[in-house]
Amino acid sequence: MYPSRFGYESPRALDEAIELLTRGQGEAKILAGGQSLIPMLKLRFASPEMLVDINNLPGLSHLTVDPDGSLRVGALCRHSQLERAAALAGPFPTIAAAAPLVADPIVRNRGTLVGSICHADPQGDWAAVAIALGASVVAQGPSGRRRIPVADFVSGPFQNVLAYDEVAVEVVFPAAAGTAAGGYLKLERRVGDFATAGVAVGLERSGSVVTRAGMALTGVGGATIDASGAAQALVGGELTADRIARAAEGAAAAAKPRSDHRGSAAYKRHIVHTFVTRILTRVADDVERAA
Amino acid sequence: MTSLFEEVPRAEEDAVPVRTVSVTVNGERRTVKVEPRLLLAHMIRHGLKLTGTHTGCDTSNCGACTVLLDGRPVKSCTMLAVQADGHEVTTVEGLAGQSELHPVQEGFKDEHGLQCGFCTPGMMLTAKALLDENPDPTEDEVRWALSGNLCRCTGYQNIVKSVLWAAKKQRAAAGETGAGE
Amino acid sequence: MTALDEIKIGGLGASRRRVEDNRFIRGKGNYVDDIVLPGMLHMEILRSPVAHARIVSIDTSKAWAIPGVRLVLTGEMMAKRNLAWMPTLSYDTQAVLATDKVRFQGQEVACVIADDPYIAKDACEAIVVEYETLPVVVNPEQALATDAPLIRDDKENQQDNVVFDWEVGDAAGTDRAFAQADLVSKIELHYPRSHPSPIECCGSIADFDRSTSKLTVYMTTQAPHIIRAAVSLVAELPEHMIRIVSPDIGGGFGNKVPVYPGYVMSILASILLERPVKWIEDKTGNLISTGFGRDVYLRGEMALRKDGKILGVRMHTLSDHGAFFADAQPSKFKIGLMHSAFAAYDIPAAHLLARGVYTNKAPGGVAYRCSFRVTEAMFFQERMVQAAADDLGMDQAEFRRVNFVRDDDFPHRTAFGFLTDSGQYGKCLDVGLEAIGYADFQERKKEAAARGRLLGIGISTMTEPLGAGNSREYDILGIKMFDSAELRVHMTGKALLRTGAKTQGQGHETTWAQIVAHELGLPAEDVVVEEGDTDTAPFGMGTYASRSTPVAGAAVAMVARKIRAKARKLAAHLLEVSEEDVEWELGRFYVRSAPNRGVTIQECAAAAYSNMPDGMEPGLENVAYYDPPNLTWPFACYIATVEVDPQTGVWDVLNFVAVDDCGVRINPMIVEGQIMGGLTEAYAMASMQFITYDAEGNCVGSNYMDYLLPTAWETPGFELHEVVTPCPHHPIGAKGIGECATVGGPAAFVNAVMDALKGFGVRNIDMPMLPDRVHEAITTGRDVSGHPPVRQDD
Repeated sequence: MYPSRFGYESPRALDEAIELLTRGQGEAKILAGGQSLIPMLKLRFASPEMLVDINNLPGLSHLTVDPDGSLRVGALCRHSQLERAAALAGPFPTIAAAAPLVADPIVRNRGTLVGSICHADPQGDWAAVAIALGASVVAQGPSGRRRIPVADFVSGPFQNVLAYDEVAVEVVFPAAAGTAAGGYLKLERRVGDFATAGVAVGLERSGSVVTRAGMALTGVGGATIDASGAAQALVGGELTADRIARAAEGAAAAAKPRSDHRGSAAYKRHIVHTFVTRILTRVADDVERAA
Repeated sequence: MTSLFEEVPRAEEDAVPVRTVSVTVNGERRTVKVEPRLLLAHMIRHGLKLTGTHTGCDTSNCGACTVLLDGRPVKSCTMLAVQADGHEVTTVEGLAGQSELHPVQEGFKDEHGLQCGFCTPGMMLTAKALLDENPDPTEDEVRWALSGNLCRCTGYQNIVKSVLWAAKKQRAAAGETGAGE
Repeated sequence: MTALDEIKIGGLGASRRRVEDNRFIRGKGNYVDDIVLPGMLHMEILRSPVAHARIVSIDTSKAWAIPGVRLVLTGEMMAKRNLAWMPTLSYDTQAVLATDKVRFQGQEVACVIADDPYIAKDACEAIVVEYETLPVVVNPEQALATDAPLIRDDKENQQDNVVFDWEVGDAAGTDRAFAQADLVSKIELHYPRSHPSPIECCGSIADFDRSTSKLTVYMTTQAPHIIRAAVSLVAELPEHMIRIVSPDIGGGFGNKVPVYPGYVMSILASILLERPVKWIEDKTGNLISTGFGRDVYLRGEMALRKDGKILGVRMHTLSDHGAFFADAQPSKFKIGLMHSAFAAYDIPAAHLLARGVYTNKAPGGVAYRCSFRVTEAMFFQERMVQAAADDLGMDQAEFRRVNFVRDDDFPHRTAFGFLTDSGQYGKCLDVGLEAIGYADFQERKKEAAARGRLLGIGISTMTEPLGAGNSREYDILGIKMFDSAELRVHMTGKALLRTGAKTQGQGHETTWAQIVAHELGLPAEDVVVEEGDTDTAPFGMGTYASRSTPVAGAAVAMVARKIRAKARKLAAHLLEVSEEDVEWELGRFYVRSAPNRGVTIQECAAAAYSNMPDGMEPGLENVAYYDPPNLTWPFACYIATVEVDPQTGVWDVLNFVAVDDCGVRINPMIVEGQIMGGLTEAYAMASMQFITYDAEGNCVGSNYMDYLLPTAWETPGFELHEVVTPCPHHPIGAKGIGECATVGGPAAFVNAVMDALKGFGVRNIDMPMLPDRVHEAITTGRDVSGHPPVRQDD
């Protein structure tokens, strides 16, 4: 498997990268971790004229918690950095749960969270996590920076709303007001498999009362599905069996799976229901234990 | 593959842009000219003639092409050669010292951790990186670390045993020299 | 003088560390893609994107225009040289490059030879092919429909899509058995299409030298001599002008036995261009076009007596061979050794009806880590046995014990006519049951049920025929399935051994030397083993179907005995006694009446070159061709326990016990390695590994993102045990072992899951037991078929 020819630039400054993208008029593609892009080049599913390799740009490898508690993940922060960041487990349990389940350990050394969200694979992990947590992409273009909620950023299968001259420089996860809770579960048949179905849940609670709830689904639609509507059943009260059941049913209804060799549509919907129930039941148990 | 390294351009109208790349491979600085589309795995195998790095699949799944990039395992078929510019690459040929084998190499031989040998270089490099970071892994930690490398002949039981053997040997050696802990 | 310690010299029974590892762990293996020849060009293949279509036109002009392109080949150009079609190993024909039609997705349509593979790939993309699509057949049911399109309209006299109808056994006797039955138990299942998928794909470097007319081909082949014969046939080159070299092979598992179009194209290209041409297949090409395994629909029934005795068995197989009948198997048996099913059980009567069909899928039907369809046979057998035990309400272990062939009943003639050689089946089962804790399992099951989990235990016991074969019955393309070894003992007692087999990871370089050590007392490290070069190796049929140890390994022992016989004469000469007065102990001849007077084998070797008796031919070299009197019949008992999550259908293996009796173990470490590797593939097939096709004939499973192989994380641990019953007809008592676990393993996993689901009224879930299938069985209480095409929404 051999990629077709392309031009290649590895700028040393962000402005330079944006300049190259601007000149590319939409025919230039950003190369970050490359763990999805390079296989696509090899299979010749993608044949861009120009690759703008951003790996040599300074200041994009960060994984930083700001004073206000929000988490900033730079465009060159590798999955493995997130996996090793033990401190994330408290404030960002959904991220901590998802990080070890992305691809395989070697791919995680190279692939990036931001790149994965930009790639917008309907079976990807991070877009679901980001939507559940209300995260935003920070994009920089010739006219400056803008913030785009990930829920609006992913516009379809393998599609995002970035303009051709913009670079996604980081993703910002807002700090939880109160105590953060949540989780990520996905059904995969082996390490590195695409998700048959996956569920990300991000909660904020004050004592035992849920104050904010976000939820997103992967592998069960043409793009990552924002199921936060279904999660609203959880807000304003304790995680009772009844509320959990309503959220699970809502999530299953929000899923739009197709039958394929990974399972029937009905099965995938059932898995969504089961995983939502499992994540929330675990959180409820933790709350009870803490109380 | 000579054209990818030396013989360009073939004709004026076919001037293929090439880039000069300097990589420290197994401790030795190597400078080559490559087309941007050349995969790192192909540069290592065909350009640098280090054929111990194998290519098994096209989709970044099998891990036969695993090398260490600045000490961390990466799949060299899923990186461009140009991206290695200025970095350090360790291949299986760089595992052993001047006179002796790396404990991981000894472990694979002693515990029958290989059969056809095709996945072995990738497995050993992943294992080395694991032990550099975690000198005393549990069986589960070894299995987890190796889960990006596929094997068809051996199954994984003896591979896991090989890595644990190497860990033990390495710890014993560190103990003798007073290093570690 | 004390006798040599056989283990110390690396003889029989020594877990000698592998010789070949010294290069592999240093990255110094020499695989096909590692070989670079001066002036070498690179070939890439253009494959059909559709499963069935008429080729309207092929325009290669844009490809030719790309700088660096040296040759573009199409079917039309091949046809001019009478090379558009080639024979398969099963007396069918296969297109090298399509001329009239493409008959499966991935079929070879054109190829490009260029200065480097990147350019060759660019040029493939520049070829424009116009297809007129035709109706597609993706399963036997469609193939046999009255209005089915005729797939092989290239063949004269082919009126339908049937490849063969074949039968074996005693139909009338089986009818009588069923008439006497108290109970008839039935089962129906599909053994899904799978791909052996070695990590290294196929490849070749053809190097034709016009000045000598000699063609050298470096190639990923498990059977270099068969390939030489086939190349001679196809390319019409004389055999002595063909040299096939099989270097290190990155796994074979049957995938690297057949002749593939890519090999033929690279050969023709080298002849036309007079330069070496390298072809290295990519993973997609390997998965969608080269020899698959299985894809058989099996149904059958068992006549049972109330007390558990099996009276008779009927089997029907319907096998999907893809577009070309390219099974690699002995000529006489159209569905391989399927009729070895039930060989472990004493059954009076059996009958098998087999039908094979063409479909618009990749050709193959290779012996994927098995001895010609015995994987399907044994899987069916053990699924049938469990169903019968359940129907009788009998304990699954006890039912097996009642019907096993008894230890004192060997050699045993099976209902299908095989002669099994030896075994202790009951003992193996006992060891397995003890190790898994069979007696306590029902207690564990109850405890798990309280936690909402379902536990199951599955047994698979089987004996299989390994080591084809005897020359009366087994041949490929008419060549009898013997094998060979040549041994040269040098003056200093060091030796060079060559065989007609070809290791692909099995460790021949290590174990063959151990057999020589056992027979001659030469330290194993003094024996170098070489294989795979047809110019130097004696003629043999290669390595597959677990035939290396049973056939080539036997030849090694026999050639060493020939050497020893000559050495005895040399010893008598050196000791100045008559040959009859010379005794042998490991590594040394001595005078019977004066045991202290002796000469070592090394001293005899020196004498063969420096001090032979008058009239004796100098040198100490010989060759042996071994035609085995029978197949070898190892026995295996595999037991798995699993836990099923009924909410998701996900199942995990709790414990796995393997008891293998493969006769005398030459190198126990390597034997255990073979078993663990085989069990891993068994787990793979039971849990995730399969190839299926959608209704349009698109291959689902064309790369490792969709064709799933388990990693170290999912693969369970295996606990190994051994029982040793020597093979009575093998020179050193050994039997085959490389494939037992792949063959017998899958049924243990499936039986375990089915046992866990016993309360749900389900009889069968087809492999792989994906979580959605298990969940469907639990929720619907019905069997789940894996019948392709894949599930699609309406």
